[in-house]
Amino acid sequence: MPETPERGAAVNITLDGRPVVARAGEMLIAAAERAGTYIPRFCYHPRMKPVGMCRMCLVELKGPRGFSLQPACYVPVAEGMEAVTESPAVKKAQDGVLEFLLINHPLDCPVCDKGGECPLQDQTLAYGPGETRFVEEKRHWDKPVPVSSLVLIDRERCIQCARCTRFAEEVAGEPGIDLAGRSDATEVANYPGQPYDSNFSGNVVQICPVGALLAKPYRFRARPWDLQQVETTCTMCALGCRVAAQSSADEVVRFLGVDSDPVNWGWLCDKGRFLFEALNSPRRLSYPLARRAEPVGNGSSGARAPLAEVSWSDALSEVVTHLAEARGDRIGVIGGARLPNEDAYVWSKLARSVLATDNVDAQLGDGLPADLVAGLPRATIDEACSAPLVLLVAPDIKEELPVLYLRLRHAAREGGTKLLEVSPAATGLTGLCAASLRYRPGELAAVARALSGREKVTADVAGVPAAEVEAARALVASTPGLVVVLGRPSLSESASGAAQAGLALAELPGVSFLPALRRANVHGAIDFGLAPGLLPGRVGLAEGSEWFEHHWGPVPAQPGLSTLGMLDRAAAGRMDVLVLLGADPVSDCPDRALAKQALEKARFVVAVDAFENASTAYADVVLPAAIYTERRGSFTNIEGRVSWLGQKVTAPGTARPDWMIAAEIATRLGRDIGASSLDSVWAEIRRVSPLHASVEPDLLMSYRGRDGVVVGTDGTGAVPAEVSPLDPMAAHGISSAELHPAPPGELRSQLHRALGAGPVLTEGTPVPPPPRRIGLGDLEAAGTSGLPAPAHRAGASASPGGVPALRLVARRPMWDGGTLVQESPSVRELHPPFTVALHPDDLARLGAAGGAALRLVSRRGSLVAPVVGDKSVSPGTALVPFNVPGAAVAELVDAASDWTEVTVERLEAGS
Amino acid sequence: MPHLSEDNLERARALVALYPEKRSALIPALHLLQEQDGYVSPEGIEDVAELLGLTPAEVRGTASFYDMFHLEPVGKYVVAVCTNIACMLAGAYELLHHIEESLGTHPGGTTEDGMFTLEDAECLALCGNAPCVTVNWRYFGDMTPERWEALAEDLRAGRLDAEVPPHGTLCRVRRSVGLLAGGAAGGATGPMPAVDVTTSRTTPAMASTVLPAPAGDGAGGAASRSPGTGAQAGRQAGEGS
Ligand code: SF4
Ligand code: SF4
Ligand code: FES
Ligand code: FES
Repeated sequence: MPETPERGAAVNITLDGRPVVARAGEMLIAAAERAGTYIPRFCYHPRMKPVGMCRMCLVELKGPRGFSLQPACYVPVAEGMEAVTESPAVKKAQDGVLEFLLINHPLDCPVCDKGGECPLQDQTLAYGPGETRFVEEKRHWDKPVPVSSLVLIDRERCIQCARCTRFAEEVAGEPGIDLAGRSDATEVANYPGQPYDSNFSGNVVQICPVGALLAKPYRFRARPWDLQQVETTCTMCALGCRVAAQSSADEVVRFLGVDSDPVNWGWLCDKGRFLFEALNSPRRLSYPLARRAEPVGNGSSGARAPLAEVSWSDALSEVVTHLAEARGDRIGVIGGARLPNEDAYVWSKLARSVLATDNVDAQLGDGLPADLVAGLPRATIDEACSAPLVLLVAPDIKEELPVLYLRLRHAAREGGTKLLEVSPAATGLTGLCAASLRYRPGELAAVARALSGREKVTADVAGVPAAEVEAARALVASTPGLVVVLGRPSLSESASGAAQAGLALAELPGVSFLPALRRANVHGAIDFGLAPGLLPGRVGLAEGSEWFEHHWGPVPAQPGLSTLGMLDRAAAGRMDVLVLLGADPVSDCPDRALAKQALEKARFVVAVDAFENASTAYADVVLPAAIYTERRGSFTNIEGRVSWLGQKVTAPGTARPDWMIAAEIATRLGRDIGASSLDSVWAEIRRVSPLHASVEPDLLMSYRGRDGVVVGTDGTGAVPAEVSPLDPMAAHGISSAELHPAPPGELRSQLHRALGAGPVLTEGTPVPPPPRRIGLGDLEAAGTSGLPAPAHRAGASASPGGVPALRLVARRPMWDGGTLVQESPSVRELHPPFTVALHPDDLARLGAAGGAALRLVSRRGSLVAPVVGDKSVSPGTALVPFNVPGAAVAELVDAASDWTEVTVERLEAGS
Repeated sequence: MPHLSEDNLERARALVALYPEKRSALIPALHLLQEQDGYVSPEGIEDVAELLGLTPAEVRGTASFYDMFHLEPVGKYVVAVCTNIACMLAGAYELLHHIEESLGTHPGGTTEDGMFTLEDAECLALCGNAPCVTVNWRYFGDMTPERWEALAEDLRAGRLDAEVPPHGTLCRVRRSVGLLAGGAAGGATGPMPAVDVTTSRTTPAMASTVLPAPAGDGAGGAASRSPGTGAQAGRQAGEGS
């Protein structure tokens, strides 16, 4: 037995007579591809295990008895291997395989979605026999039939490569489809009556090498040769998957996943893939709206004039009038996670230097304190997925950052990563976790403190048995290089629990964090200063004021209010202007009653948004914004990776980018904030934000920079040494995504410049030294990072009927009542039903059966929902989905207390 | 409420315990289900899926691959007519046409009285006695239209109940779940089956009434009916597996 070389070590092989250096562990097909020799294939996919099913990749390999045909996708390279990819024998094999594949293929290319970008077409042309000898009747199936509400299958076209079923089983862990039958009766099928419902079902459509799997939102919408495309970054959550946005007739019709090695590996979740429908919604705002009959909207004055279309100039002058009259600390800017980086920067500058307010917050009380996010040592996705241990103190990753679930799942199953979970309810990753600690909602910090402690745990912690906590603590203590995925495990617990947990865990040596905030560009908003007390570049207000005053003019001296603080202040009638920057606090803030009251009581509310929503109903002026795919910009993901957002279509009507709106407001207030184009904004960002000094937008737009640049990890913002070309079979349909050539002067600053180095300064005057980034030390100094002390007010103690009050657990499902979901017809109905899940014992104690209607009462409000028994729900808790249509859980939540308690009572039928 | 009976659930669990990977028990578990319901029923599929940690789609995917699993209810007797080359040369198609006509159904179909399901099959490994058929996986060689009629008559009249057991499970599966003596199952021992399914290819009754015993049949003859040797006979030739 020759000894096996280490994975990745150089292996010398001979390919078509020339020497090639392959990497140990890779398959011949991959080595050949890197060496520029494309071997045709169907079943092989670089992100899945090989199966050798289709035989399209047959090549001649030299063995002890001469050359023989073997599948290149199934043979690992070995020292001295000799392979021939073009020979009469190989050609004959390819002819044969294609002739067989076409025996039963319907050849309905003219009406097939895949026609024009189909690997079967392309490889038949390139490698096929040109003619078939088969005259027999082809097999027939009903076509197409649905396998889920989003995916249909045309079984006549299927070539049984099993890419789809392998994706479902191996990558997503949801084998709701499988190959059934045998021989020419083989079909890909879901189980009758059980649709293939998965958060990732769209991927099977993308990787199917023929037009067998079809996506309902795209089917018959376009021909591939009519599509224009641009590479961009998904903004449907904060993960930042790489996508190709494709349009036809100035309408986005499809998103395809692009393989970004550090992020999404080519996969997308269905939310990222299918929400493009919302972009084309007829309800998109195209013109500014204002309340005409009653220009000075005073919410308390009963009936208000309806919103009506007005000109930009009228709308802006109304906004500016109110801003000019208001005192800085009575102006609040809520939201901004929808905005690209540049826009977040310009709004941040507008608020600080023109409106003189630090009341800016991109998060809606549903995230984490921004200084904590900015100050904790950050891990990358790759680091998390190669760490020996990942601690999940987070919401259900499968629902909120779906593709991160795929990466973590891969790490847990194929890599050596152990997962440990701290969550009040089961999540999509629970089954893969070494242990899952079910704490009592509201007592997260205690668990985190026990886990990071040096002492042996001998007593139960927050309802978790001592032995479980101790085992987990011992694991954490004995595993260096821990990565914590930190977020809010439940929206009905206050943020302070998660924040304190973060601070406690930060004391572990060598720990790093991946923040699990989910809303779009929330990390860009934080990094560019849309957070109270935080200036662009993760710089604290106190630290950075001198520097920023030099560049911007005066900035507020005192840290401003968070969203909850602003809402509180507004509800007390002490806010003059609230700006909603793509924010819908009525739907998204965990405390709905507060949000409603605040918007009602604020003197003037202006919303900058793409749609009317529950909050714009309270607005005096609504300004239409151009969004995703309608404008260029850049995005920052959970790692701090800055990547490019491309533009492909025009915004509806007069909608315009948010940065332009900010610049226009500044101009009308008599100030020039120096934002005349995105380029000028970037130039300024690089001067002003030490964190972004070396980020070159030209590079981001180029092929080399498609994976983006990570800022803020200590060291460098790295550009990958090697960008692998798109595998045409893994990325069919994405041929020529619009990217720029490498920037002139080929990576002038190489981006490898240490980020600590000062920014390039062009101004003549002496400047103060650039400020230091916020760090762990600052957080510890600030105690629990500026959070109001959590005040739990005891809830009602027992429900009528003797059932003790339950603690609420509220989590977001992937499909919810959010505007983009609700504006996408294909997915609008996919949200889970509104039910409250109780442990069967609690259910029995109530004397209720599954399906019975329960009334949940908290000190904030009450809701009625059908109940289901669920063994995975901890006794003493009630699990509800947050923000599904028809039920606003936020009505129940008291955002200021550590947890929300509800009493439950059974409604008699008919009441 | 599980669909598999208590006993069968017990047996299925014992099967699962035999393997390092739960899913390895899929085929035998499907046989149990088929024995219970006469076919692989949808309710049973869901039970088996849950038991093995699979999805129903995966269970159905595997079950549908094998001809010996029926995803739809079948008749009391499943009749497979070999149409492969040796049998074809010996008149298999003529035989098949005759049977189709006489039963009034086609391969894949079941007679209206629920008595017979007809199948055409590839080589059943009784080429020496071509053409051949199996009934519930028991062999009947040197078949002719006339012999078929006699056989069908015997089957309808219940005269072969002892030799041709109900459509069900393979011996080796029954053995591994303890349904047969000498089983290796981890503790699960069920009652002996009502019908001895160890009948070999030709039975004395058959030999005397319908068919000559095929020549060169090492495992055949009356010997195989004696208790205790059934498992072996089953493995060698008693079933078309
Ligand atoms: S449906 Fe497509 S991906 Fe799935 S097996 Fe058939 S050809 Fe392959
Ligand atoms: S995981 Fe997030 S970034 Fe990736 S496709 Fe889904 S929504 Fe988009
Ligand atoms: S067998 Fe190699 S690609 Fe299918
Ligand atoms: S050909 Fe019929 S049994 Fe072999």
